Amino acid sequence: MSVHINEFPGIYAKEEDFAEGKILYTVWYPKLHYAWDAGVAIGRYLAELKEGRIIGRKCRKCRRIMVPPRMFCEHCFRPTDEWVYLKDTGTVLTFSICYVTWDMVRVKEPQIPAVIQIDGASKGMGIMHLLGEVEPGKVHVGMRVKAVWKPPEEREGAITDILYFKPLE
Amino acid sequence: MPRVAIVGAGMTKFVRRAQETAKELAWEAASMALESCEMTLDDIDCVVLGSAPDAFDAVHMKSEYLSDGAGAWGKPYIRCYVGGGTGVFAVIQGWYHVASGVFDTCLVVCEEKMSSCMPHPQGAFLTIFDHTTERPLGPNLLWIFALEMNAYMNRYGLRKEDIAYVTVKNRRNAADHPCALLGDPNITVQDVLNSEVLAWPVQRLDVSPISDGAVAIVLAAEHVARRVTNKPVWIEGVGWALDTAYWTNRDLSYPVYVEEAARMAYKMAGIKEPRKEIHIVEPYDPFDYKELHHLEGLLLADRGKAPEDAARGRFDRDKESEPDWLPSSPSGGLLGVGNPIAAAGLMKVAEIFWQLRGEAGKRQVPGNPKRGLAQAWGDLMQVGTVVILGI
Ligand SMILES: [Zn+2]
Repeated sequence: MSVHINEFPGIYAKEEDFAEGKILYTVWYPKLHYAWDAGVAIGRYLAELKEGRIIGRKCRKCRRIMVPPRMFCEHCFRPTDEWVYLKDTGTVLTFSICYVTWDMVRVKEPQIPAVIQIDGASKGMGIMHLLGEVEPGKVHVGMRVKAVWKPPEEREGAITDILYFKPLE
Repeated sequence: MPRVAIVGAGMTKFVRRAQETAKELAWEAASMALESCEMTLDDIDCVVLGSAPDAFDAVHMKSEYLSDGAGAWGKPYIRCYVGGGTGVFAVIQGWYHVASGVFDTCLVVCEEKMSSCMPHPQGAFLTIFDHTTERPLGPNLLWIFALEMNAYMNRYGLRKEDIAYVTVKNRRNAADHPCALLGDPNITVQDVLNSEVLAWPVQRLDVSPISDGAVAIVLAAEHVARRVTNKPVWIEGVGWALDTAYWTNRDLSYPVYVEEAARMAYKMAGIKEPRKEIHIVEPYDPFDYKELHHLEGLLLADRGKAPEDAARGRFDRDKESEPDWLPSSPSGGLLGVGNPIAAAGLMKVAEIFWQLRGEAGKRQVPGNPKRGLAQAWGDLMQVGTVVILGI
């Protein structure tokens, strides 16, 4: 380690070393923005979300009804064949109760991300979204949920046109 | 196909923030690896670099930036990057450079400096989520781990206390590692369960730390290896596999791609009964449940049973008397030594190298292990990379 090595390199720099100017550094703030084209499959997906509908895409070879929709089947490696309207209800496959933002700042109200299998799509076909109108402690795998949509006039053709999914009584 | 051996290894300390630049870290590890086998850069035919996203450093084409520290200047040189799987994949890439017969020697260097990225290097990972269907929801990297961990727990009815022992074992093991960031001989399962909840079921002590560090190894074809050392450690099998990027369409409770990578490596190594023929293992452990998940994917534990195996001490470094004893992460793993992404994976390979040569010092696994496996994992929870080493 090996046993033949006594001293390993690597200098542990401490926060105060930077604060006190003992270690010098340079700072840079990149300023860029990106515009991502939605593409063919997701373009239609977003357009349907604006109408308050979830749409999937079927491959006739493997018979999978897929969501998010795609123009080619990555299993069969051939074009998918038809559009299929799905329901806006589903089942929680897994979830988390998240108390921190990406930069590790704690939040008061936890977010509840989940993978939700969408009714009408093939088994295991889920999308990532958020859960709402539910006590964090009451969420469970297998819970039935329904989409809560933005009012039609506020929808913009985005995944956020669904505000969250709430428990289905 | 020429046999390929690891003949030397070196590493820096893994620290939260290193004073050294990325290049300086790479140089420290690379020069130590060469020195350990009494070779110089002149003896090296080609160089492979592993390093995670450019966004950590905000340096375009980090491989070119790091090339002089990695000893690559004026040599055939390539960088690989498969997310967290990089550190083990770099060895695979080095292996096929030499196994092809084109090169006799290869220097493999993995470096990561995560601390430059502020306020938190997680920011560099946000772009793994789909920009149109996922990122508008404001995800953070912890989500996918939390969602996967919960899927695993739910599938087999596991509790947090069944999983927390992995952190305890690894941090205790790391207390004997001279480069470790978080070694702790006294940590308990209760400490893990009491730690801050980040994204349930993930708590603070379920997670490995952000780190800076570098590791390097030297590969040589058999005729060179035998000249350089009397203790070559052979690469007996390699495997890698990738699952779909539609991660919400997969069963998250089992890493199929790790099994595929393992089967490829076992086949190449002629291993029929992995649980008997693998003596030590370094599975990828950025989170405690991941070590268990991967032991199952590697076919070294039954599905859903790795937690109880861990609890009875089957994976402890020194429980020789335990039935089917298999020391796992004897180094202390990412949870204990630290997790400078690409360097952490290569650290696991280096640990198997030192263990098989009987040079792991206080961490030495008893019983003269003859064969070991290192594995890493990454991207959108979808890539598995495996290397099997033997003496
Ligand atoms: Zn298909």
